[in-house]
Amino acid sequence: MIEFRDLEVTYPNGVKALKGIDLTIPKGQFVVIVGLSGAGKSTLIRAVNHLVPPSKGEVRIDGRSVSKATGRDLRRIRSKIGMIFQTFNLVKRSSVLRNVLAGRLGHTSAIRGLLGLFTKRDLALAHDSLRRVGIPEKAWQRADALSGGQQQRVGIARALAQQPEVMLADEPVASLDPPTSHAVMSDLKRISREDGITTLVNLHFIDMAREYADRIVGMRDGVIVFDGTPDEATDQAFEDIYGRPIDVEKDLRGAA
Amino acid sequence: MRPDPAALPSTVPERPRGQRMVASSTLAVFLVLFFVSTWQTGFSLSDLWIGTGDFFRFFGRLVPDLSYLPEVWAPILETLQIAYLGTLFGTSLALPLLFLASANTSTDRVTLAVARTVLTVLRSIPDLLYAALLAPILAIGPLPGVVALSLFSMAVLAKLGSETVEAVDPGPMEALRASGAGRNRVIVYAVVPQVAATMTSFVLYIFEINVRASVIIGLVGAGGIGEQLLARLNFFAYGDVSMIIVVIFVLVLAIDALSVWARSRLI
Repeated sequence: MIEFRDLEVTYPNGVKALKGIDLTIPKGQFVVIVGLSGAGKSTLIRAVNHLVPPSKGEVRIDGRSVSKATGRDLRRIRSKIGMIFQTFNLVKRSSVLRNVLAGRLGHTSAIRGLLGLFTKRDLALAHDSLRRVGIPEKAWQRADALSGGQQQRVGIARALAQQPEVMLADEPVASLDPPTSHAVMSDLKRISREDGITTLVNLHFIDMAREYADRIVGMRDGVIVFDGTPDEATDQAFEDIYGRPIDVEKDLRGAA
Repeated sequence: MRPDPAALPSTVPERPRGQRMVASSTLAVFLVLFFVSTWQTGFSLSDLWIGTGDFFRFFGRLVPDLSYLPEVWAPILETLQIAYLGTLFGTSLALPLLFLASANTSTDRVTLAVARTVLTVLRSIPDLLYAALLAPILAIGPLPGVVALSLFSMAVLAKLGSETVEAVDPGPMEALRASGAGRNRVIVYAVVPQVAATMTSFVLYIFEINVRASVIIGLVGAGGIGEQLLARLNFFAYGDVSMIIVVIFVLVLAIDALSVWARSRLI
């Protein structure tokens, strides 16, 4: 369970990105966060693993405060939170397998990690993760030799290798074409179901949010302006979230 | 018919006064520096002309004495070894330091500032000066040469390296930090693969520079072929001197070519 309690984030440049967020996400729920650029979606997701520190309030995961944790405690919490990025954030010059194994670093002792002495279990987990996203044969290729969709799958595999309880995805399909976007979203949804992983996904696209979400949270100017099921998220609701009429070109990704 | 452009009143505004001032004052500074420098150093073209006779007479005596060649091998090998050890120790010292001197991998701001300051100070002292200062302390011979080159290589390599590290893609670092990896593991897995090729190229380049530098620092008593060169020069043994120069010339050319080739294969 993830709890946001009166969470406020003000960046050093004075921008107030989050203005008092209260939100509770039960275990295993697949939540899609929607809103325009600058609404605070990314900040909200990054507050969960403390990549962005709060200026007020806190985030708790299963009752433990992430916002107050430091050093080793914080790293231990983070090791159970997988994260996927818009630009994949792979080490391009390293092999796919090494990128996936990097997901085990939070679970590996410093000496073993630095020397690259991964255990048999780490390797097995890495291979299994690659199998689950459908690209086991790419293990020894360099990451930059893969297509965008395959690179994002490596990103998912890296997060899976952590055996996470929470998965964060910051605009995971914004750099992909529509069919690939749907494939990646189905992977995320399936894995969330199979492993009971609480998942938070930022999305731009209305149709994808409706298709994959258990619950949709709408944000505008750092506050939550919508919280409901996909059925409740009508066109009217989206126009309220965006503060403008729906633009078919920009806001819909289209079918697979 | 269009009117002659020259007959039209000009619509282009005059060049701003400030720009004109910059151009003319730059020229003035150059001229002043030129006259002051030539006057104070006593540089004179006529002296240079008069000297050309002696110059060619001296060159005439610079015929390599091949019989001296066997005695060149040992000191030239020592020079290479000094360069190699200086590069090796300098690189080993630079590796931990350069990550402390990079804004994106340092532990905290105080460490960053201290590391950068230390490197700037070390770099501002030429390797020749290190050797000259160290030779009397560490006894004449290869040891001060190795220490001098190590210090200088470390400072230069750490500077070049930290600039490379600061230019890496921050995405993978954020991803690993988000997964609970500590600072050192983030460096090894997200930064090192991105900079390894460039850093290897820098190390080869430093070795290239160190081969040349180790010849020079021998002149101040830091071992190697430089020391030998100075000794033969003091005996006016010009045949030996020119033999040494030829060997140095060939060696430097060979190392340069090798290093350029190796670096071209890297990136």
